[in-house]
Order: sequence, then C-alpha cells, then structure tokens
Amino acid sequence: MVSQHFGILLVALPLLAAPVAALLPNGRSSWTLVMAVMTLCLPISLSILGDVIDGELIHYELGGWAPPWGIAYTIDGLNALMAVIICMIGTLVTIYGRYSVAADIPENKQALFYAAYLLCFLGLLGMCLTGDIFNVFVFLEISSLSTYALISMGHNHRALIASFQYLILGTIGAIFFLIGIGLAYAATGSLNMADLAIRLSGSEHTKTIHTAFGFIFVGMALKAAMFPLHQWLPRAYTYAPIIVSTFLAGTATKVAVYVIARSVFTVFTPEYSLKTLLNELLIVFGAIAVIHGATQAIRQTAVKPLLAWSSLSQVGYFMMGIGLLSATGLMATMIHMFNHALIKSALFMAAGIFLYQTGSLRIAALSGVGRHMPLTFTAVVIAGLSLIGVPGTVGFISKWYLVLAAVEQQAWWIVGVVVLGSIMAIIYVWKLVETLYFQPTTMPAAPYGTDHIERNPALIVPIWILATACIYLGLDTGMSVGAAKAAVNSLGLATP
Amino acid sequence: MKDNIILRIVAKLLIPLVILFALYVQFHGDYSPGGGFQAGVIFSSALILYRLIFGLQAGNEVIPRPILKLLASLGVLLYAGTGVVTMLMGGEFLDYSVLADTPIHGQHTGIILVELGVGFTVSATMLLIFDAFAGRPLATQNTTTGKRDD
Repeated sequence: MVSQHFGILLVALPLLAAPVAALLPNGRSSWTLVMAVMTLCLPISLSILGDVIDGELIHYELGGWAPPWGIAYTIDGLNALMAVIICMIGTLVTIYGRYSVAADIPENKQALFYAAYLLCFLGLLGMCLTGDIFNVFVFLEISSLSTYALISMGHNHRALIASFQYLILGTIGAIFFLIGIGLAYAATGSLNMADLAIRLSGSEHTKTIHTAFGFIFVGMALKAAMFPLHQWLPRAYTYAPIIVSTFLAGTATKVAVYVIARSVFTVFTPEYSLKTLLNELLIVFGAIAVIHGATQAIRQTAVKPLLAWSSLSQVGYFMMGIGLLSATGLMATMIHMFNHALIKSALFMAAGIFLYQTGSLRIAALSGVGRHMPLTFTAVVIAGLSLIGVPGTVGFISKWYLVLAAVEQQAWWIVGVVVLGSIMAIIYVWKLVETLYFQPTTMPAAPYGTDHIERNPALIVPIWILATACIYLGLDTGMSVGAAKAAVNSLGLATP
Repeated sequence: MKDNIILRIVAKLLIPLVILFALYVQFHGDYSPGGGFQAGVIFSSALILYRLIFGLQAGNEVIPRPILKLLASLGVLLYAGTGVVTMLMGGEFLDYSVLADTPIHGQHTGIILVELGVGFTVSATMLLIFDAFAGRPLATQNTTTGKRDD
C-alpha cells in the first residue's frame, strides 16, 4: 500500500526532485518538475489531514528502527494542518513562479533556484512531520541554508547583506536550539519527542531541564522572528525576490511557531511552562510585537517592508495565543497562522504584479495604479480587509478566538491590544488602498495596452485562489476551525 | 607554485595515497570509524591540493565542472533512491533489511549505497565550493542592475 508511506513521501518526493531540478538544462523544465512535485504533495497532505482529523495518529518508523532509538514520524492534527499550509502555499507560489522566476532570476541560475526552493520546501515539511527533536534540527538546517541562498538571489546587492545578516542570526538560533536539545538529551537520554515528554514528566525539574527549555525556546523564537529577535526579517523579506518573500511569508515563521507550540505543549507540558516565566514573556513581548510591528509598517514608504513589518505584527498575535496556554488560545494561533499564510502570500503576490507592471515598489510611485489593474487591486482590498479582521473575512475568525481566549482568563488588556493592532492595520492597509486607487494618476487611460500583466493567468489565478479562500473560509468557518480544533485536541487539550 | 620542485614531487607522491585512504574510509566505513562524509572530504582534499599546486585550470581538466555538478546531484539521488527502492521492496523508507536475502546482508548493501551517495555529494560539493571561491575574479565589479527600486 502506498498510503502508509504518505508521511515520508512528502519529504522524499522533493528530496528526489531537488537534485534532478538542479541538473535540468533550463528554468522552464525545472519549473515543470517542481509543479509535478507540488501537485503530488498537496493531495497527499490533504489525505493525511483527512486521516488524522478524527484524532488518530499516523506513526512511521524510518528504516524500521523503533523509537526512541530510531527516527519516527508521528503525525497528528497539528502537524497535518501545518503540512497542508506549506503544501498549499508551495503549490500556489509555484504557479506564480512560472512568470515570477523567469522575470527575477537570471536564466543560468533558475535550475539551481528551483533546487533550493524544493530543499526549503522539504525542510519545512520535515520540521513539521518528524517526531524526533534532533531530526527537527536537521530539517531546520536544510530549510535555513536553502533560505539563505534563496534570499541572496534578489536582484539588488543589498539582498546579499540581508541574506548574510540572516545567516548569522539564523545560525545562532539553530545553535541555541541544538544546545537545548543537547541538554534535554543529557537530562533524559532521549531525542524522541513523545518519549522526552514521558521522561520529563517523571523526572524532577533540574537546572539542566530549565536551561534546555530556555535554549530551545530562544533558538526557535529567533527563527520565528519574535520580538525582540526580529531584526533580520524586514530586510530579508524586502530584498529577497518576490517569489521567495511570498513563500517565506506564508510558511517559514509559522513552522518555527509550530515547533515552539510543540515544545511547550507536547515535550514540556503546559503545567511545566506555567511554572516558568514563559507565558508572561510570550504575552508581553507578543503585545509589544503587535504594536511595534504595526507602528513600523505605518511608517514605511515601500510596499515590501510594509508587508514585512505587518508580518512581525502578526507574529505577535501567534505569541499571545500560545502564551495564554489554553486550548482556545492555541486554536487562535493555529487559525491565525493559516489565515496569515493566505493573506500575506496574496499581498506579496500582488506586490509582485505591481512591480512587474510599473518597475517600482515605492508607495509614492504606485499612485492610481489600482484603477488600471482592477483584478489585482480587488485582491489587495480583500486580503487587506482580512488582515484587519473585518467580519466576513477569514481574519475575523482568528482574532475572535484570540479575544475569546483572553476573555476566558479575564485578560482584558489583551483584548485592547487586539483592537489597537487592528486599528493600526486599518491605517497601513488604507495607506496602500488610498495610494493605489484614490490618488491621481499620471498615466493615460489604458497605459499598458496589450502587454497588460494582469492578463497573465500564472499571476492572477494563484492570487485569486487566495483571495477567494479569504472570503469563503471567513463565511464557512467549519473548515478552518474544525481543523484547528482537531489540531488542539491532538495535544490532549479539551476545546470548547 | 608548479615551478617549485619539492612541492610538485611531494604532491604527486601524496595525492594517490590520500585518494587511496579516502577510498578505504569510504568502503570500510561500515566496520570502522569513517563513512561517506569523512571519505568525501579526504578525497576532495587530494584534488584541492592538486589545484593549489598545479592551478585551477589543470584541476578543472581532471574533473570538469559539469561532471562535478552531476556527481553532487547523483549522490543525493543515490541516497533518496535507496530509500525509495526499500519502500518499493516492501520495507519502510531506508529500511535496508529488505534489500538482500538476509537482513544482515541487506543492512550492509544499504549502508554502502547510502554512504557512497554521501561520498559523491560531499566530495563534489567541496570542490565546487573551492572552485567558486578560487575562481572568483579579483576585481569585483558592482553587479547591481539598479533598474528597479524596491
């Protein structure tokens, strides 16, 4: 039977395809291969989610070695949902890449670009699927190293600086994570997450375990760009090629947040976390991240840094959701990660379309452009409304659950932060919308003529799939909430 | 440096020995310390020594760059391919026991194949990294196109 191997196939298929993609003679053939991999991976991830949504576990032992000695993939609702997010964004970004990569990456580097893209994709998937904490580190390195290469392919030479800065900080983060794993291994003698959880709950909490927890948390917080460890992200997203920013904004930080959630809720139990300062740290820094990210986003004069700072603001919501250490809070984080993947990928894709049409991403240079590009502009408005959290869009649901989680614990000031963050989101989204649509344009009535970029389905179809999903999942809440519920239930927490 | 007779002779003496040692580490890796990664590094160090003494041009003639790229990719394919073959033969991914008639034989076959893949990739990649740095033009031009501002 093939289906028993589904978990490993998600990692093995891109791993097989990556070296082939590097060898293919031109970008177009590599793209075809990547697209084939994505069209296989997406249904596989959906089928896995369908299998585990009722609370079942998929267990897969690599090489037939039983855990805790061998590496096992343990897939529950939480991993499966993350895998679906990554595969979905990966597929749409690949469609978009048919035009975007050809426009942004030199022809002789396109094959290598696709190889790095596949490696990044499989690294992120591996981090989510594996049940072995050292294996998480290995996949973290695979995805990080390929990310550095991808970011450095930006056409501006500052992409190299951004990539190098991320390389230094990312390596520090990975080493912190590795030290944490080492200490946990020293204290318990196990690397399998489920086994670690059992041994940790049985042992008394020594200083070694506290230190391990701290190192694992700080290392992953750096990769998740949690305030105050976020400095690398705005530059990296600004100078990376559009397609890379789109993919990373939809997936990379979320996978790091997932690892934190997994460590807090599965490996170290919430009861243990409550005895530490973790929840206070997460909530306070999360609140600062929401406000600080939004403040910076309002101040930006170019589209990509605005979106990047807005992403940091959203990471703040993820942190607060986890910091509440409750089922509702974690549900809010899971739904918001899913939503934000949709929203931010759509917005970065739209930014790309504006860039290809006008040659600039300074906000001032885009005045009136929206009137000539109605399809892209409407998608921006929908995604922007969802980012703000207007009822009827998918962004409303996650903020609603976050407010519910805060009210459960009578943390009224968190409700205030959510409202304030949303108001600030209105300001920076309006800044985009106002320039794009309401400001006078210097352009003639039909400035783009026949080479109007909006006629290219490779650019418009993925962005509209995302925009439609923002509305559809906002009205039919059963799907996203149901999946998040299954994810949270799989951690042994009772959902409302 | 190829005018210096001592360097030239010593290098010519050493390089075959280093390669031989690399092959020993590679193929004895399942019984003794070693394996594909170490062997790959030792192997590439021999070829890097050759490049240092006789120049990049001569080094590239020994193994041309396209072949290095092919080897680097083939190694990963050999590794992942072994995993797929074990899956097709009814085992888990990378479960070598199903590769031969007895599990012990299978484990030997599997680990040799996988480590060979690692060896290919590591040695080829080491050489590619060395060539990328050593082959860089001394005067670095500004490569920015500067056409767009984002």
